[in-house]
Formats: sequence, C-alpha cells, structure tokens
Amino acid sequence: MTTPMVEALGIHKSFGRVEVLRGVDLTVMPGEVACLIGPSGSGKSTFLRCINHLERIDAGRMRVDGDLIGYRERGGKLHEMRESEVARQRRDIGMVFQRFNLFPHMTAAENVMEAPLTVRRESRRAARARACALLDRVGLADKYDTYPVQLSGGQQQRVAIARALAMEPRLMLFDEPTSALDPELVGEVLDVMRGLAADGMTMVVVTHEIGFAREVGDTLAFMDEGRIVESGDPRDLVTNPREERTRAFLAKVL
Amino acid sequence: MAAPELEKPSQPISAVPVRHPGRWVAVVVLAVLAAMFVNTVLTNDGFRWDVVGRYLFSAPILNGLQNTLLLTVLSMAIGIVGGIGLAIMRLSPNPVLTSVAGLYIWVFRGTPLIAQLLFWNFLAALYPQLSLGVPFGPAFVVFDTNQLITQFAACLLGLGLNEAAYMAEIVRGGLLSVDEGQTEAAGALGMSRAQTLRRIVLPQAMRVIIPPTGNETISMLKSTSLVVVIGYFELLTSAQRIYSQNFQTIPLLIVVAIWYLALTSVLSVGQAFVERRYGRGATRMSTGGSRMFGMGAQR
Repeated sequence: MTTPMVEALGIHKSFGRVEVLRGVDLTVMPGEVACLIGPSGSGKSTFLRCINHLERIDAGRMRVDGDLIGYRERGGKLHEMRESEVARQRRDIGMVFQRFNLFPHMTAAENVMEAPLTVRRESRRAARARACALLDRVGLADKYDTYPVQLSGGQQQRVAIARALAMEPRLMLFDEPTSALDPELVGEVLDVMRGLAADGMTMVVVTHEIGFAREVGDTLAFMDEGRIVESGDPRDLVTNPREERTRAFLAKVL
Repeated sequence: MAAPELEKPSQPISAVPVRHPGRWVAVVVLAVLAAMFVNTVLTNDGFRWDVVGRYLFSAPILNGLQNTLLLTVLSMAIGIVGGIGLAIMRLSPNPVLTSVAGLYIWVFRGTPLIAQLLFWNFLAALYPQLSLGVPFGPAFVVFDTNQLITQFAACLLGLGLNEAAYMAEIVRGGLLSVDEGQTEAAGALGMSRAQTLRRIVLPQAMRVIIPPTGNETISMLKSTSLVVVIGYFELLTSAQRIYSQNFQTIPLLIVVAIWYLALTSVLSVGQAFVERRYGRGATRMSTGGSRMFGMGAQR
C-alpha cells in the first residue's frame, strides 16, 4: 500500500480561546490534487498552515509522506522537533501564499535562487540555471532580472510558484493563490497550477475557484466551523452536495 | 462669444498663472538679510579670516580631527553591532533575553553620557584589578584596570555602549517594519531563523534603519567632544586649547565649524549611496535611485 502524501488525523488548533480546527481528518495520496473550499473563518487556511508546521497543532497527528510533522514519536511520547529539523521537513513542502510574499529586495531570479543557495548550498551558476528554467516554465522568460514591484500580481504569484518549486518539493500547498489577484490575472496562475497537476505534483489547494476545483481536483473537501463537512469527487460534490451547509455555500459562490 | 483658442479643448492650455505676491516679498526680505550677512562677514575684522586660514590645516587641529574621526567610526561600529544584538535579543521569544536587553537600554539611555564616560574612566576606583577566570573560582589572568582601560578605551566604552542602546531601538523598529509574511515565506522554504534574519529581514529593515543611523552618526561626530570631561581631546578640544592661549575664539570656532560641516557633508553623501544600495526593488520606476531626490514613492 502506498504511503499517503498527507495524512491528517483529528487536527485541533485554537488561537487563545477560539477553536479554529475541531478535528480535521484528510488524506491526500501522491499525485492527487485536493481542494479545500469553505466560508472565510472556516479554518481552511489554518489547516493548510498546519501541514508545514507554520501553525503548531494542539491535538491530532499530521504526517507528510509518512513522517510526523513537527514532532518525533519516541517511547510512546511526542518530542518537539528542533527548529533545524522543522526547517529540513519544510524543504520538501512548497507553499504559495495569498499575498505572494516575494522578497522585494531581490529580482525574480534571485527570489527563486535564494533557497537553493542558502539552504542547499548550491553553486550560484546551478541555482541560476534552475531559476531560469523554472521562470521559463511559469511563462516569465523575459522577467529574470525584474524586481517584484515591477511585476503584476499574476506575474508575482507565478514567481512565487517557481520559488517554491526550486526546492523540488514532494508536496505543494496553495493558500488562496488567486484571491489577491485582479479577475483578468487569475487565469494565468490557474494555468500554471493546471500544468503542475498534469505533471503529477501532489497539491493541497485552498481556493474559492470552484471551477478549478471541479476541473483539476481529484478530491474536494468542504470545510465549515473547523471541520470537514463533506468531501468526495469534486464534480459529484458540486452538482450533488449531500449536506445542507455545503448546498447553502455553493449556492452563494456559484 | 468664446475666444477662438478656447474652441479646441485638445490644444495645450496657455492659462494666466496665479500671482504670488507674498513669495516676492519673502524673496526680497531674504535677499536683503543675505546681503547684510555677507557684508558683515567680509567687513567685520573680528572674523579674522587670516587666522582661520592659518589654523585650518594646522597640526593640532588635524590631530584633533583625526581623533574625532577615529572615535566616531569606532563608537558607531560598537553601537551598530551592539544595537543589532540588543534588538535581536529584545525581539527573541526568550523572556530572559528580552528583559536583559530592556534593562540595558533602560540604564544606558536613562543616564547622562557624561556620567557614563566618567564612570568608565574611573572604573579603577571600583575595580582596581580585572581578571579572567572561573566565576567565584580561581583567576587565570589578572589585569590592572588602569592599564587595560586607557583614556581612549574609556571614550570608546562610554560612547559606544551608550550608542548601542539608541541603535537597539532603531534596529528594532526596522525589524518590526518588515512584513511577517516575509519570515513565513522564508520559513516555508526551509530557511533557518538566522538565515531568514540575515538574508531576508535585515536587508529590508535597512531601508528603515539607515536614515536614523545617519542622524546618529552625525550626532556622534559632535558628541565625541564630550570626551573632554575625562581629559581626552578631539577637534573641538584642540581648538579650545589654542584659543585659550591666543584668545582668537571666534576664528578657531569657525575652523571647527568648517571641519564639522565638511565631515557632515561627506557622511550625507555616503548615506545617500547606502540608501540607494538598500532601496533596490523599493520603487516601481527605478531600482532605488529616485529616493535620492527625496520623493520616491514607497510603492
């Protein structure tokens, strides 16, 4: 049996007294595209951030490719991982943010080269060659030496995807990658993501793009109030939701 | 009844500009004052420009100048390095580090610089000997405090450690100005906290840190004259020594002012270059240069 790429079991997370995640279970197999939808405040972004330990979970178990994230189990007890060990786990998990979070003091190519240079100690030449190849792949062959401020939102997000791919991750996390974009720029980012999915990348995508989820997603999960209300095949779920809450949400966004 | 040139709105506008009589009055007043100033500078013999010329490059003045420069550069180096360290401590999740840094800043900002200079100079009165060894145990090396902390060292300790407290707050402000998403993005790429700080956060914080640091450096240039309280000398002290003998107070103060202005000008130019270096990617129009003119949009 293949190991799931992501295996979340009973994830709980609170911020102060607010319980944001109340027992989330999710399994994503290698090569699958899992989409998460739900109203704002439903916990979907928080859950995504738990996968690479940007948020520390309060209860449950998060495994990526079989490895416990952020903790080590030894003698029936959980030991917190050191910062360097968490960093090592994160190398294999790419993340794309809603607000791009490109490094503004670096050009597009330098953004993509940064992690290979500092984390993997690659040579400048090798890192540059890979950065250029990745920027070509996301359709930015003419923007190597452009600073982020000079790029449109869609171009910035494509650089951000290239930057995450530079570490050759096994899993890509997308946190509402098109929500901060002007409507006419959404398509170019979704096209890149479509290409990634076609190449077999395992992806977890928090999104409001129901169309993308239906077309590209292998599974679709609807979250509300910190729980996954229902999940399944995207086409079935969108056309034939079982739960009343799902139906109400879809009626609003479709 | 419209005038013919108003019929085509696409033509360039040639309108009568608004008159500003107030500006002209101001210009005239300022021109008169400037003329009076130039006149008095040239005609009042008290300025003694010949004396100014004689002392501008004289050995004692240049000696003092050298000390001013040395003290400024070294004290600022101590201040900046110490300030970065203290700022990182203050922002650390470790409450002990945070409060130690807070205590340091409280003490060194809260007591007069002159008192601190005197304290370091008279450290021997408190501790005649300093030693390296096991705490509460045997000492390996013992130094005579007065030999270890020379006047010059006391100056550096006083100026540098005091400056570190001010720089700490400047650096902290700079670090806080960098968006949290930057740290998250670096963390998600697998960069360590130290790498994130050095490669991502500090370079961006520099844009906010540099202008007040330029202020501090220029201020330090002149604060070095406080070392007179412990008997050390620099530019201003050298001039004072000279005019206490020949009573040419005003000409020697002019000599000092000329040198301070020259150094400040050099520092301002240097600051502009450093700002341009760290302004990369900050503006849409250029890769940072337009901020030199003080009007670059912040994005």
